[in-house]
Amino acid sequence: MAKRIETIGLSCFYGKTKAVEDVSLTIEPKSVTALIGPSGCGKSTFLRSINRLHEVVPGARIEGKVLLDDEDVYDQSVDVVAVRRHIGMVFQKPNPFPTMSIYDNVAAGLRFNGVRKKSELDDAVEQSLRAANLWNEVSNRLNKPGSGLSGGQQQRLCIARALAVEPSVLLMDEPCSALDPISTLAIEDLIAELKDRYTIVIVTHNMQQASRVSDVTAFFTLAGPGQPGVLVEVDATSKIFSVPADKRTEDYITGRVG
Amino acid sequence: MLAGAFVLLVLAAIAIFLVVRSLPAFSHDTKSFWTTFEWLPDNSPAVFGVAALAFGTALSAVLALVMAFPVAVAVALFISDYAPRRLARWLGYVTDLLAAVPSVVFGLWGLFWLVPHLTPLQHWLADNLGFIPLFADSKSVTANASRSIFAASVVLAIMVLPIISAIAREVFRQVDPALKEAALGLGSTRWEMIRTAVIPPSKGGLAGATILGLGRALGETIAVALVLGSSYAVNFKVLIPGKNTIAANIATQFGEAGRIGRPALIASGLVLFAMTMAVTLLARWIIYRAGAVERSAVA
Amino acid sequence: MRGRRLSRNAVFGAGLSGVALAGVLNLAYSTWRWAEFVVLGVVFALAFITAASWAVEGRRKAVDRLVSNVVVSAFLVALAPLALVVYFTAVRGIPHFSAVFFTHSLAGVPPSETGGGIAAAIQGTVEQVFLATLISVPIGLLVAVYVTEYGRGVFARAIRFLVDVMTGIPSIVAGLFIYTFLVIGLHQGFSGFAGSLALSILMLPVVIRSAEEMIALVPKAYREASYALGVTRWRTIVSVVLPTAMGGLVTGVMLAVARVTGETAPLLLTAFDNNYLNANPFKGQQSSLSLIVYTQAQQAYQPAIDRAWAAAATLILIVIGLYVVARLLTRRSAFRHG
Repeated sequence: MAKRIETIGLSCFYGKTKAVEDVSLTIEPKSVTALIGPSGCGKSTFLRSINRLHEVVPGARIEGKVLLDDEDVYDQSVDVVAVRRHIGMVFQKPNPFPTMSIYDNVAAGLRFNGVRKKSELDDAVEQSLRAANLWNEVSNRLNKPGSGLSGGQQQRLCIARALAVEPSVLLMDEPCSALDPISTLAIEDLIAELKDRYTIVIVTHNMQQASRVSDVTAFFTLAGPGQPGVLVEVDATSKIFSVPADKRTEDYITGRVG
Repeated sequence: MLAGAFVLLVLAAIAIFLVVRSLPAFSHDTKSFWTTFEWLPDNSPAVFGVAALAFGTALSAVLALVMAFPVAVAVALFISDYAPRRLARWLGYVTDLLAAVPSVVFGLWGLFWLVPHLTPLQHWLADNLGFIPLFADSKSVTANASRSIFAASVVLAIMVLPIISAIAREVFRQVDPALKEAALGLGSTRWEMIRTAVIPPSKGGLAGATILGLGRALGETIAVALVLGSSYAVNFKVLIPGKNTIAANIATQFGEAGRIGRPALIASGLVLFAMTMAVTLLARWIIYRAGAVERSAVA
Repeated sequence: MRGRRLSRNAVFGAGLSGVALAGVLNLAYSTWRWAEFVVLGVVFALAFITAASWAVEGRRKAVDRLVSNVVVSAFLVALAPLALVVYFTAVRGIPHFSAVFFTHSLAGVPPSETGGGIAAAIQGTVEQVFLATLISVPIGLLVAVYVTEYGRGVFARAIRFLVDVMTGIPSIVAGLFIYTFLVIGLHQGFSGFAGSLALSILMLPVVIRSAEEMIALVPKAYREASYALGVTRWRTIVSVVLPTAMGGLVTGVMLAVARVTGETAPLLLTAFDNNYLNANPFKGQQSSLSLIVYTQAQQAYQPAIDRAWAAAATLILIVIGLYVVARLLTRRSAFRHG
């Protein structure tokens, strides 16, 4: 069940260094939001602070709020393990567990949550693989290692793995940048299908991809040299790419900058 | 270049000389060398065999490994994935310090402190777990502090632990962080992440580390010699005195060995060399095959 | 997404009750024994904390906590012997330090009497280790340089293989070899030099290994810059690569020295020990710090055993001192692992 993500004055720190400053952004359920902007402006850091994955870096912290359908993700009584189950993530380089089979990869998250019955797992694995448009290609070799697939297939496997635990939100950190154009297209088609059931946030360097795939686009950039990243403008994708309100957005989109 | 050739020569020479010099012992009575238990080469007639010693060597080493392995892996995990990052390297150095303590000091401490302190534990094991043949029969011996192979194995375990731990640490360090992120991203606890992303790819490296530790335990001389004294027997009762290792035997008997005695000791040394060489080669093969660790980590 | 949390006080309380239970059991069943108390205390504390966590936070978090606690305990268990050895050696050894102890040998002092000391032993150790270093460092460096800079062919791989095997040679076998080769074979008899040869067999692979590592860490860019200036390969090695790796090389040598200083077994068969001062390493038996600990420890008389502890304390101070200095140097050197 897709949920809304809302950040209120979110700033991200690594120790004393501020990487992202004061971002207030609402991401509506059942939509695809693209985060674009030049390298190093904090898009990935911002993304990772939504599912609290940036906490694995020692010294990382945030100020501000992140709400999942009005629930504060950073509240004291919240279990970070539950947060990450509800807010799934797909990474830039496909990272299936190499020592596990395709089946076990998809089932991994479920097994963490204590699901043991084979029939339950079988159903969940099949559903997730179908949802990721991978079932037809691997249904006859579920026991083979996950690392034996092509790059595009591996990434879809990772998506299936993320979907298996039934998240409300799916975060994608440049999911296609390590893939060839055909696989990229396959994943973009997949995203279009998934948006009916999930809230999707995708960080991308590829502007064409952003304009193809997303409903809403948010443009980030560095406030200045050595400064933290800031949110410049967020609006419907069609508007951002035709009549952006801010000059910095226009410069970036037309390739004059970054 | 020359230097390399020199190294080659050294090793080849070792093998040749050991074989040549131990021939007198072999020519005496080859078959029984492998099966006799006692070590009385200077008696007449001479009676000696490597059976008891080889058995003791293997048993003490295996026991030591069984005790050291879980602790070593846990310590390595602690340093690589649980301890605060800034402390981690220093904690590793402190663990490595265990390897810096000379074996003769471990032997001294083992003899005068550990053995007396282990006695209550050994009695407890015999009393409560005596039905397991391994632990039987401790009380029938009157010795107040039991200089048993169990005690020697404990000392060996302490000495072997830093070696296994250092390699395990290196193996864990080289786990792809992307895999750890994948596990955490699915909503896993730290332990679930470790058992999914860190341990499975590390199995090869851990196996190699264990076997290297085995090699070290097989060859350890002085600590065992001090703790065990000298006696010969072949049985699985680890809590009573009465077994010995090849290396310790050489150390204790060398001073008084005579015409047959010395070659006999050399022969036993050859057997030990063969055992440790086999183990070392096996370890290297496993580690490199697993590709888990850079060569330089294994030192 | 909310879950119930076990407060810090609750964890503390559960742990404390476990420890208390262990204390009670200990008193009730037998005379007080520290070892038992510690072990049982830890076990019960862990059990109680895990149970409390299971009840409040659920199975997954309880298991996670248990593993974390076990791992920390394992670390403490591993450190305990180190602390115990150092502590007891110091406590039983240092009180017997004296001017006599450091300046006299064991000449004429039977095990049952006090007096006497480690002068001969120190002399032996210094000479043997010095000679061993003199032999193994140049050879080791040459081999390491060859293997990293020139080694691509079969020969280099054979050497790497042999060095691997050499690291696995038990110390007593190294002693046996020198015994058969030099002491008997070449009829040289026991000597400190024989001992240092045996020590070099053990030192060489360690030096080669760590030198290889340090040299390989020198960035390619340095070498390429030198070649671009027209400098030959050999001169590049001598004037660019080696100086850059020097810090690490020194550390490696120090660690190797620390390792062989404590060796006993090979010396048993080669230097064979001597109660008297013998300043000539090439002729006649020699003592060493490690040997004196070994022989005195096996005597039946307390004065001898006291001397053993004191010698052991000296040995540990030297070895650990070397080790600590080497590691502190590592911090300064330019090239470190991550």
